[in-house]
Amino acid sequence: MIDTLRLTAKGVNDLLETGEASSDEIFAAYRAAIDERDGELKCFLHVCDESPGEGIPIALKDVISTKGVPTTAGSKILEGFKPVYDATVTERCAARGLRTIGKTNMDEFAMGSSTENSAYGPTRNPWDPDRVPGGSSGGSAAAVAAGLAPWALGSDTGGSVKQPAALCGVVGLRPTYGTVSRYGIVAFASSLDQVGPIAKTVADCAFLYSVIAGRDANDTTTVDLPQPVEIPQDEDLRGLRVGVPKELNEAEGIEPGVSMAVNAAIELCRELGAEVGECELPRSVDYGLPCYYLIAPSEASSNLARYDGVRYGLRVSPDGIRELYEQTRDHGFGDEPKRRIMLGTYALSAGYYEAYYGQAQKVRTVIRQEFAAALERFDVLVSPTSPTVAFPLGAKTENPLAMYLSDVLAIPPNMAGLPGLSIPCGLSEGLPVGLQLIGAQFSENVLFRAGHALEQALGFDYVPQRLA
Amino acid sequence: MAITRDEVLHVARLARLALTEEEISKFQDQLSAILEAVGKVSELDLSGVEPTAHPLELSNVWASDDPHPPLPVEEVLANAPDREDGYFRVPAA
Repeated sequence: MIDTLRLTAKGVNDLLETGEASSDEIFAAYRAAIDERDGELKCFLHVCDESPGEGIPIALKDVISTKGVPTTAGSKILEGFKPVYDATVTERCAARGLRTIGKTNMDEFAMGSSTENSAYGPTRNPWDPDRVPGGSSGGSAAAVAAGLAPWALGSDTGGSVKQPAALCGVVGLRPTYGTVSRYGIVAFASSLDQVGPIAKTVADCAFLYSVIAGRDANDTTTVDLPQPVEIPQDEDLRGLRVGVPKELNEAEGIEPGVSMAVNAAIELCRELGAEVGECELPRSVDYGLPCYYLIAPSEASSNLARYDGVRYGLRVSPDGIRELYEQTRDHGFGDEPKRRIMLGTYALSAGYYEAYYGQAQKVRTVIRQEFAAALERFDVLVSPTSPTVAFPLGAKTENPLAMYLSDVLAIPPNMAGLPGLSIPCGLSEGLPVGLQLIGAQFSENVLFRAGHALEQALGFDYVPQRLA
Repeated sequence: MAITRDEVLHVARLARLALTEEEISKFQDQLSAILEAVGKVSELDLSGVEPTAHPLELSNVWASDDPHPPLPVEEVLANAPDREDGYFRVPAA
């Protein structure tokens, strides 16, 4: 029997290439792992019994359209919805023989940092089932950590790949904006949404990125990669300039155990030959979160206008079209989408537009400029991915602002369209700590090289201790 | 900054959300707290700073004008809550 807990996608590929196992046997092994462990963890909203292809299984976040396979974005308003076409990323995975094993749980419409906003109930963290896996791609991150899929796709608007990867002890990439097609992805905030890979190793993450990245005629915001993806091999960091932004490493609310693990990883960068120096992002961290919580809800209020009960999804049908719209949306959306739709509608409404949305767009320029200046001096910027380790279920559900702060360190680079890689760098109180590596636009290869070298030196064991 | 009950109702109406009484009062409190936090952006003097609408500097992205087959009507209507004669069906105003 194949033990999926420790198996990487590279490991699966080796089994296939040597003929030690067939694609069907591997698919069956992951299905068995899901049957065994997903009753407790609830990583999946839908599990596929069959899936075409001769290659490696993959789990897809439920925000990604899969033809004929339910796609709900974690919302009641899309219950039973079956897309009639595939997202570009789904097609690209299928073209390489990857087999969709299931659709993973998520915060409704990718709005949240704990997966507790799913209309179908929370996912639990494989390291401690009383804690959240992070979010919004919590199902994808937890599935990879628990050996229910060798790798997965998530989506990241304000940290939704990086933060759950950190909280589940796996590797997650938020790619440079525009490198991965958004065609067929349920839209949240279109100037920020990016699909990204989640895997057990940096090399797997890089490979999966190479599968999905590149210009797509169906998404005019996409571009071709300036260089092909390089699967990282270097084990040192000689010649790499690593910057430590003060504000991202000393922000209020960073747990001491998180700082300790991150500082040890920074020290390791030195030992591996990197030049390490301090830098500043004076306004990006203080104003990043407020900026995000104006721009993302504004875009969401527009994107979510399509859920009106007319063409697909839930319809609550009293008399009259206006009542149909209002009742459908009130019954179909959970609290977080409603809050963000209202916040965005307010920020865009007459009399408030300039003070809120217009001002936030200018803050976004300031953030871009500050990161650009720091990235002139350094190749990579490092910080914790999340201020805390995985928190208990229910700890932040009553206080939206406390939940939002979970992404305070992940959001600023996203506003500038920068890529970010989260790798596990140790444990605090027995729970994984994520290290965030930020680079200039299109510098994924640099992040992969740095992440891989650190990963080899850190020797973090990604198998949750309670499952080992 | 605090948001009034009337503003909550106004925004809900713009967003086509029929809120319950309980939701109105809950969202009034929560939106007030969130607006106070995000209002921090107004502290900065950003006169003369250009806004960023999009992280990449792309402009005039053209697509070739080739016709492609559209989705068949049957697929377009496949998820419709209600339909009639190849159209989406909704109640009269």
